[in-house]
Amino acid sequence: MADTTHGEGRRASSFPPWLKKTLATLATVAATILGLLFVTFMIGRVMPIDPVLAVIGERATQAQYNQTFRDLGLDKPLLTQFWIYVTDVLRGDLGESIRTGQKVTTDIARVFPATLELATLGTLFGVVLGVPLGVIAAVRRGSWIDQLARFVGLIGYSMPIFWLGLVGLLIFYGILGWVAGPGRLGIFYQGIVEPITGMLLIDSALRGEWAVFRSAFSHIILPASLLGYYSLAYISRMTRSFMLEQLGSEYVITARVKGLSEWQVVWGHAFRNIRIQLITVIALAYANLLEGSVLTEIIFAWPGLGQYITTSLLANDMNSVLGGTIVIGTIFVAINIFSDLLYRFFDPRSK
Amino acid sequence: MKKSFAAAVVASFMAAGLAVPVAAETPPNMLVIANRIDDIKTFDPAESFEFAGADVSRNVYQKLVNFDPLDLDAGYQPQLAESWEISEDGKTITFTMAEGHVFSSGNPVTAKDAEFSLRRAVTLDKTPSFILTQFGFTPDNVEETIVATDDKTLVLTLDKPYALSFVLNCLTATIGGIVDMETAMANEVDGDKGSEWLRTNTAGSGPYKVVEWRPSESVLLDLNPNFGGEKPAMERVIVQHIQESATQRLQLERGDIDVARNLSPEDVAGLEDAEGVKIVDELRGRLMYWSANQKNEMLSDPKVLEALKLATDYEGMSGSFLKGQYTVHQAFLPRTFLGALDETPYSFDIEAAKAALAESAHPDCGAIKISVRDAQERLDIGQSLQNTWGQLGCDIELIVGTGAQTLDRYRAREHDIYLGAWGPDYPDPNTNAGTFAVNPDNSDEAGATGLLAWRNAWGIPEMTEKTLAAVVENDTDTRREMYLELQREHQKVSPFGIMFQQIEQNGMKESVENFVAGGATTAVSYWVITK
Repeated sequence: MADTTHGEGRRASSFPPWLKKTLATLATVAATILGLLFVTFMIGRVMPIDPVLAVIGERATQAQYNQTFRDLGLDKPLLTQFWIYVTDVLRGDLGESIRTGQKVTTDIARVFPATLELATLGTLFGVVLGVPLGVIAAVRRGSWIDQLARFVGLIGYSMPIFWLGLVGLLIFYGILGWVAGPGRLGIFYQGIVEPITGMLLIDSALRGEWAVFRSAFSHIILPASLLGYYSLAYISRMTRSFMLEQLGSEYVITARVKGLSEWQVVWGHAFRNIRIQLITVIALAYANLLEGSVLTEIIFAWPGLGQYITTSLLANDMNSVLGGTIVIGTIFVAINIFSDLLYRFFDPRSK
Repeated sequence: MKKSFAAAVVASFMAAGLAVPVAAETPPNMLVIANRIDDIKTFDPAESFEFAGADVSRNVYQKLVNFDPLDLDAGYQPQLAESWEISEDGKTITFTMAEGHVFSSGNPVTAKDAEFSLRRAVTLDKTPSFILTQFGFTPDNVEETIVATDDKTLVLTLDKPYALSFVLNCLTATIGGIVDMETAMANEVDGDKGSEWLRTNTAGSGPYKVVEWRPSESVLLDLNPNFGGEKPAMERVIVQHIQESATQRLQLERGDIDVARNLSPEDVAGLEDAEGVKIVDELRGRLMYWSANQKNEMLSDPKVLEALKLATDYEGMSGSFLKGQYTVHQAFLPRTFLGALDETPYSFDIEAAKAALAESAHPDCGAIKISVRDAQERLDIGQSLQNTWGQLGCDIELIVGTGAQTLDRYRAREHDIYLGAWGPDYPDPNTNAGTFAVNPDNSDEAGATGLLAWRNAWGIPEMTEKTLAAVVENDTDTRREMYLELQREHQKVSPFGIMFQQIEQNGMKESVENFVAGGATTAVSYWVITK
């Protein structure tokens, strides 16, 4: 017994550091997702909503109720139910959605690309416009452009997205007719492109179906701009405040005294030092959009993850909620790991 | 709150003259509809029991007997069965199948398909199966009670001599849809009689077939190439899931859709002057009611119930926040049903209500909790009741929850007052009479959660007998009279305050003709629509 333990100890200590680190990260990821699942599972089970009724409806007989109660495994202890669920998940089976009657994996494969496409475009919009706006606002502090940035930020923080979405639809779709209406694609283009990634812009471009691409772009541009606007408000505000901190530092004064151009001072020195903080901000903004923006999805009839999880939660469709939770949990963990890696790349100290 | 504010702002933009120009046109042979269709779980007629599912099913599956959408008042008509005969003892119905009906697969419709479909619906025992099993069919006896003696003849043997109209009305429900046996069995997995496959695919002989379904997104129907009837004008029907009324309105005004099915009263009002758009009102079967738990001592006092019925502002509500969407109706059978009672004996009269309360054992009223789900119209009704019942001195508290939470409490008989809606399951008076006016065993152990009378702990052995007598009455006029009498008594003594019947207001292009949502008895029929 003692020998075996020693042997294992020696083998463990012979692991290279990168492997140890990877294993530790994987263990943390697994523990995080398991914990998340446990909490969501328990919340679902203790909610004052009867999951059986969600399946069979209010007209079912008591015998049908009892049968479904057993079929769902609800007659077993809670921990046993959780154990069964986790072992199913490990086999890749997230169960069936009681709301759509389909496998949760099939549902998520359908709704997640819609959210991914929208969130990515929205974040891109927010970063491309928000970062320069924040930097310029900090450099020209108190100028009209700073006021504009603050105004944009204020509107972004205070206007309900539901309201802006409806007004946006009314103006750009209803009155001006510049963009297409709700949904992901015009009805005449549906079913033309065989899915590859599930993201219509990418799939139609890969297949060379440019008419479909135009229709998809015309549909996504308004909701993506709307989400991008909210990201822009957040990103520009944070960029401004990070830059202000840097621009007041001694090394910036020194750089100016040395006679460096304003461009070099701002972008070559100050901005370089806020990159790491910005990565965190952008990663968080992206992760928030990936969770799905429920109201935007509802107004634009965008069949995404946020709407899927919310509707499922209200219908007590816990398999769908748990499936969605796994996806969101994994996204958050993945984005965290990715931003950690970027930290190491950009910040020599962390090496 | 946020939503209604936003909708109001958009409405005010529109009212300010920013009218939406009509731009696009849908093709003449294609119908595009915006509707809330996220309740569809399955297309299988043996299992489907949701509104949007019934809309699809009616256009895909034919039944032995069915309603003519252009003459709903005529009642059931021959469809897959060309005629039927009832035996002298009233227990055996023999159907003769009609010629010329073909499934979308190309297989002809025979009595064997009808036998397979009805037996399957009973043995699978899904929620709507009670519509058939109430005639005595069970998984154990279907081989003797539902029998195709040859390709043309189907014989149903009932456990009692029910009214023929009752049986045939039930066969027009979604569960009466006849499925292509060969196709279903070709897709059978583990003895499921094709259930898994039929959830997402269709195998009917109706005018359309489902080509694609994306849950909570869209349903695409194309013509059944083998349809035996007259070719419908709409060769393709697309139903898009659009949650928001304001969005549906914009799409209709832009011309991107032909029909908008979930317009709010504000948007309906906004569309009244819109060019090229019309609103078509249709009376549906859904009732809005409140009911009082008879386990609550105060609420079981007949005089208190009378006071509450008199202190409900029916006209006030239907003339304001429910305007156009609900009409006052106070009996358990929706108008247009056989035996529906039109009388409205209660109107808002606070003095009469106070007088009734003074005669009760609770002249000062007391605390009453109203369970209501978090839907705008129900909250509005709840607040109106809170206001007018408050004038009697009652201390009203609204307990707001999700639909599932509120329903759980109701089924567990834990409410004081439940504020809710009820829609018929099949187009026969027994669908509502059998739940509002039947409760043979009022004990908790009976667990008759499907009966509204039981949920309200209202034990009514005598009324139950009268209701059950009506389902075996074969003379239609006598049957009608029996229901009229039942409803009059129910209005007077029951703990149900039935208030309104739903009106569906559909917005559509001026050119759309014959859009029939199904009235109070059935679902939508796309095959008669032209534009």
